[in-house]
Amino acid sequence: MTIEAQYGVPTVAVHTDKFDRVVRSVASVNGMPGLQQVFVPQPVMGKSARELRAYVDGNDPLTGRLVMQEVIEGLTRPFDDEDLKPVEFDRSTPRLCAPDTEENLHRLFLENNWTDTLPIVLPTEERVAAMLAHTHRKADEVVGHMRPTYFREYWEYTVEKVAVNAVMAGARPEYLPVILALAATGASARGSTTSSMAAMAVVNGPIRHEIQMNSGTGAMAPYNHANATIGRAYGLLSQNLQGGSVPGLTYMGSQGNNYAYNSVTFAENEERSPWEAFHVQQGFKPTDSTVSVFTGCRSTAFTLGLREKHWREHVRNMLRGMDPHIPPTLLLDPITARQFIDRGGFRTKAALIDWLYDNARMPATEYWDYQLVQNYLYPRATFGEEPWASKLKAAPDELIRMFRREDIHVVVVGGETNGYWRIMGCTYQKTVSVDEWR
Amino acid sequence: MGMNDKLTVLNPIGFAPTVTRKELAPRLDTLDGKTVYLVDCRFDDSDVFLKQMQAWFAEHMPGVRTVFKPISSVYLKDDPTTWEEIRARGHAAVVGVGH
Repeated sequence: MTIEAQYGVPTVAVHTDKFDRVVRSVASVNGMPGLQQVFVPQPVMGKSARELRAYVDGNDPLTGRLVMQEVIEGLTRPFDDEDLKPVEFDRSTPRLCAPDTEENLHRLFLENNWTDTLPIVLPTEERVAAMLAHTHRKADEVVGHMRPTYFREYWEYTVEKVAVNAVMAGARPEYLPVILALAATGASARGSTTSSMAAMAVVNGPIRHEIQMNSGTGAMAPYNHANATIGRAYGLLSQNLQGGSVPGLTYMGSQGNNYAYNSVTFAENEERSPWEAFHVQQGFKPTDSTVSVFTGCRSTAFTLGLREKHWREHVRNMLRGMDPHIPPTLLLDPITARQFIDRGGFRTKAALIDWLYDNARMPATEYWDYQLVQNYLYPRATFGEEPWASKLKAAPDELIRMFRREDIHVVVVGGETNGYWRIMGCTYQKTVSVDEWR
Repeated sequence: MGMNDKLTVLNPIGFAPTVTRKELAPRLDTLDGKTVYLVDCRFDDSDVFLKQMQAWFAEHMPGVRTVFKPISSVYLKDDPTTWEEIRARGHAAVVGVGH
């Protein structure tokens, strides 16, 4: 779109057919409904040159016309009135829905894709007002902007809009400051990526106890009302305030993700952790209340404890099992956190992260051959960005680091019923103050 | 409250930005004698696909000069250097492959 609109170069965009609705929609909301688009079969990934030549010689699966005929026409056929007609359509959002029965409103919310398909609490004016009583912020104050993917436009939302979604999720009014802080991150829990990501939210500080969040037994679901509904609210507000999360249109996750139901939301077990709290690592005071957001949650590695003889190998094996494009965040039961001190002498989270950074390695040739590394890191390496540019100089058999140190994190959670722990592949986004939204 | 009583509830949707129409570039009279950039967005083997398209042009439209051009970095980053090159040295572009 940029090269056509900003640089005046006639352009045809080629996509795979599964992206028909989404790319037409993206072109339309970017003011270019007449953008010339041609489609080939999905997938391109992994196909041989011969197979892809057949795509070039073949037909657009959506129109049945020759791909190359459409490409040439897209560059040479003069635009008609239909291509050049003004882009005007109503995108205003009314504050209220038309009054209706409870049953009909539940159906309306479901059919409009405003829910996660589970029953919701209808956001009546009374319920939203009760929610709003738990923040000093004005109802019409803008909280932030969000979008489901890079190429879509940012949508805007207010405190009241966040409160509406909090009510729908079944959250209690006293949870609202945490939910507003999540909204203020601007990080969507409903990314449109084909990789089916979910978000993770970690709450720190006094607010954990004030709203009875769980950091102990069963913290990561489904055994605590605050954890469950705050996480659900994060998902609902993301899909509704960013302009939707509709499969084939604003959501392209091929497999979907169960983590998305409550966005893996829990409190860190600061009291039983042997280390400083996560928000303190990010520059906040222990007495501050915060929420930290991670995105890209899909992959998980798991084991029990740290064995005396081979714990190093076991942890390295877990790290080697992660896709090197997605960095690791360790979610440690307090028992295992103390084992990392006993076995490895890691007196701080930083010391453990240093070890993980140095021990997560694989041969360069394998690293660069990962599809996600090819898609997202190899281009940055060839552009000269570090540390990938230096990694590119490694010999094929050289064991290179899989991750950047700053992308590796450690959070303590669990009730010490045993020393189970896991590695969540995810990307830390930011930590936001909850206190500013009280 | 009866089952047929009506409720008023708030709309949960955020506020969309205004859509502003952008001009499309004028089309070419012909591709013959022109330079078409085949812009590789460097995602999921799009390079292999575009090189096959380049071969097609060589076989079927030899009067068209094609330039295979990978973007400078990932598709998530704007690439003004490449766009400037195409504007200066090319006449048209095919960008792919959007997955």
